[in-house]
Amino acid sequence: MSRNGPLALIFHTIFVIVMVAPILVVCLVAFTPEGFLSLPTNGFSLRWFRAIANYPEFVHAFWVSLGLGALSSFVALLFAVPAALAIARYRFRGRDALAALFLSPLMIPHVVLGIAFLRFFTSAGLGGSFAALIIAHVIIVFPFALRLTLAAATGMDLSVEMAAVSLGAGGWTLFRRVTLPLIMPGVISGWALAFIQSFDDLTMTVFLAAPGTETLPVRMFLYIQDNIDPLVTSVSACVIAITMTALILLDRFYGLDRVLAGKGDTGR
Amino acid sequence: MSASAEERNARTPWALTAPALTLFVGVLLIPLAMTVMLSFHDWGQYKGIEPVFILKNWLEIVTDPYYAEMFWRTFRIAILTTLLTALLGAPEAYILNRMGGRWKSVFLLVILGPLLISVVARTLGWALLFGGNNGLVNKLLMSAGLIRAPIPFMFTETGMVVALAHVMMPFMVLSVWAALQRLDPQIENAAMSLGAGPVTIIRRIIMPQIMPGVLSGAIIVFSLSASAFATPAIIGGRRLKVAATLAYDEFLNTLNWPLGAAVATLLLAALVLIVVGSNALIERRYAEVFR
Repeated sequence: MSRNGPLALIFHTIFVIVMVAPILVVCLVAFTPEGFLSLPTNGFSLRWFRAIANYPEFVHAFWVSLGLGALSSFVALLFAVPAALAIARYRFRGRDALAALFLSPLMIPHVVLGIAFLRFFTSAGLGGSFAALIIAHVIIVFPFALRLTLAAATGMDLSVEMAAVSLGAGGWTLFRRVTLPLIMPGVISGWALAFIQSFDDLTMTVFLAAPGTETLPVRMFLYIQDNIDPLVTSVSACVIAITMTALILLDRFYGLDRVLAGKGDTGR
Repeated sequence: MSASAEERNARTPWALTAPALTLFVGVLLIPLAMTVMLSFHDWGQYKGIEPVFILKNWLEIVTDPYYAEMFWRTFRIAILTTLLTALLGAPEAYILNRMGGRWKSVFLLVILGPLLISVVARTLGWALLFGGNNGLVNKLLMSAGLIRAPIPFMFTETGMVVALAHVMMPFMVLSVWAALQRLDPQIENAAMSLGAGPVTIIRRIIMPQIMPGVLSGAIIVFSLSASAFATPAIIGGRRLKVAATLAYDEFLNTLNWPLGAAVATLLLAALVLIVVGSNALIERRYAEVFR
């Protein structure tokens, strides 16, 4: 039951086409059989996807991105889960300030973070290393990990925990057997969203990556700076496919509007 | 509860947050402070960075009109992008909200999904669509009779604004969408039963209530656009610099780190002032809506 008039529907149609067009055109050009940028008018071809294999820089960058995203999101959760439990359960002095500090990487421009980390890690003798990338990514994905864990911890039924305590559970057992399983959906969604953020980050990573630790977005960006050819469109199409898969999973398990509701929420 | 248990209770939240706090102080606050300090250091082509305290970089930014022009361009692009997203995103959120259940969630996914897709890939899409003077966009606009001569999109501010608006649009739709969820649909029906036409309803009933959503969306879009890197770098090319791409150049090409740090510090300070200031204004103006 649509209550929109024809004018509104025309606006909506054009709006959706414009939103989808750039993403669609990248995926279409990736299938071109030609040796130059063009829409696949003479049939589809996978030659540019096969060409990726002959370009080891992209393949290597893909593994770097994958490892970096998985690891930094995991490490971020190790710090975020206890912090989220503290913020959700306790009213203590400095609580609001702490929460603001933990969400602050959302507000600081990534170019500033990139510069700050470059300066910091270079003087610490870690410039261009994978360890530096991990630490930097832990910071930028932390707000996403925290926010979804926090939402799960806030909505949790405390009486289950009390029942466990009355049955003699305490400390680590209580956390591992009762609390953690209950907040697990939030933790997993937090990990997935954090992974996507890490996997997609260019602005901060471009300052830190060195040859050998270049991530996929960095490699793609440097490639585009020199020239745009169908190879980079097929790489982009793969990236889009990976993100879409993660997105659909997130939507199924958690609801995309809930995941995104807090994203970039610098206002309130 | 005994005194010791109470004491332990007071200490628990700090024990739980201590690892994260240590991490944030150690690898966020300290590097940021180091960057601010770096902006006061000296630099020379041959001597590199000298850790002294001088105002050279700051004076250069203030006196050289190149930087004033660059910052003005950065904020001009951010303002135009914000206006474009507000003018198109707010009506779209409203239309979306009036759709039936299934279509609503499908289109919400289509419009918000791009938020999580690589900015490089999305900007590459625009570069392909703009592509030279006979790109797809120009062909479409010309065959529709909207323009006579092709508009140059690549390496221009126009192209940057269009591509940035696309990148930022989900934030605006999301923000207005959130405001619409708080709106009571019965108010619209009440206005209609009292004889208000659709234009009056939108102007007098809907607009005032979603305005806080539009404004908080505008703050997000503005601050992200002003500090955007990938889109200006790919669409703008090497000559049309904005704050983020200039800082990148100073750090990785010219290697004048202190000057780059000064540009970044100024960008951060300007954004914090603008965001905090407009947040305070909005909250005062719309105090009753947020309550």
